[in-house]
Amino acid sequence: MNLVINGKETNIIDGLTVNQLLAQENVQMPDMVSVELNGQILKRTKFDQTVLKDDDKVEFLYFMGGGKCL
Amino acid sequence: MSLTEKQIERYSRHIILEQVGGAGQEKLLSSKVLIIGAGGLGAPAGLYLAAAGVGTIGIVDSDKVDLTNLQRQIIHHTSDVGVEKIKSAENKMRAINPDITVQTYQTRVNAKNISDIIRKYDFVIDGTDNFPAKFLINDACYFEKIPFSHAGILRFHGQLITVLPGETTCYRCIFSAPPPANAVPSCSQAGVLGVLAGVIGSLQATEAIKYLLGLGKLLTGTLLTYDALEMNFRAVKLNRNPNCPLCGEKPQITKLKDEEQAVCDLKDCKC
Repeated sequence: MNLVINGKETNIIDGLTVNQLLAQENVQMPDMVSVELNGQILKRTKFDQTVLKDDDKVEFLYFMGGGKCL
Repeated sequence: MSLTEKQIERYSRHIILEQVGGAGQEKLLSSKVLIIGAGGLGAPAGLYLAAAGVGTIGIVDSDKVDLTNLQRQIIHHTSDVGVEKIKSAENKMRAINPDITVQTYQTRVNAKNISDIIRKYDFVIDGTDNFPAKFLINDACYFEKIPFSHAGILRFHGQLITVLPGETTCYRCIFSAPPPANAVPSCSQAGVLGVLAGVIGSLQATEAIKYLLGLGKLLTGTLLTYDALEMNFRAVKLNRNPNCPLCGEKPQITKLKDEEQAVCDLKDCKC
């Protein structure tokens, strides 16, 4: 099936959960990623049970620090 | 307030803009912006806001300039190494534009002091690195209803979002709580391309000026991400999160608290 991951069309096997997708996309540190699925932020506790569907739009959002340590 | 002849000359490229004009410039001169962190993001933001004639600029930082800062924190010069960052930043901003007032706060923001500091300002720029400070700024701006620009940078990537508290998507709508200890590398551990701070900090200053003048469309409900290697900007639409612990339907956070410092726990961290 086709997903749009961070704006890019990607073909993946059917039936993957969000957690499995994170693993497949080689997201090294899933704890530092928020996931938006079709415009809504997905609760972390639901990563395991949420099965992706054809044409889903997924955004991986990363924690990023910045200018300086206060 | 009416502009002097010198001011009309200094700000002529603003004044000539139909959307700014003399009235807009006067508005900037009577506006107050707070920059939290005189580092990579705060440096270009401070310089541009000073040049733009934002009348009062507050700057919060507790550190001294370190040699490792100079690769990206362009408000500090080699001769400033060892000098308080707020002092160094104040000197540069005043040198660019003696019209402005610079308020300095030699401190770190915490749950006790942040509300009193931000309350005096029209807009806040988050130029901090560590996540407890980013969450604290988000929460304090929510309780005080002060708009702010959040930003982060790491390696070759940057991102930012503007938040109108209570109206648009906040930082906790996206990330409900700081990441676990050592889950996210800091700039000192992972590195950052210096110029990235200039790009993102300048965008934060742009948002501040747009907000103050009521111009255009703010970067609200949208996280702008920048990939310097691909030279690609993406605007990721992010709706408000009904489960947000701060501004959601059932808020669990009702007062400020200091989050645990989970990331920069290296003893010699010099982000």
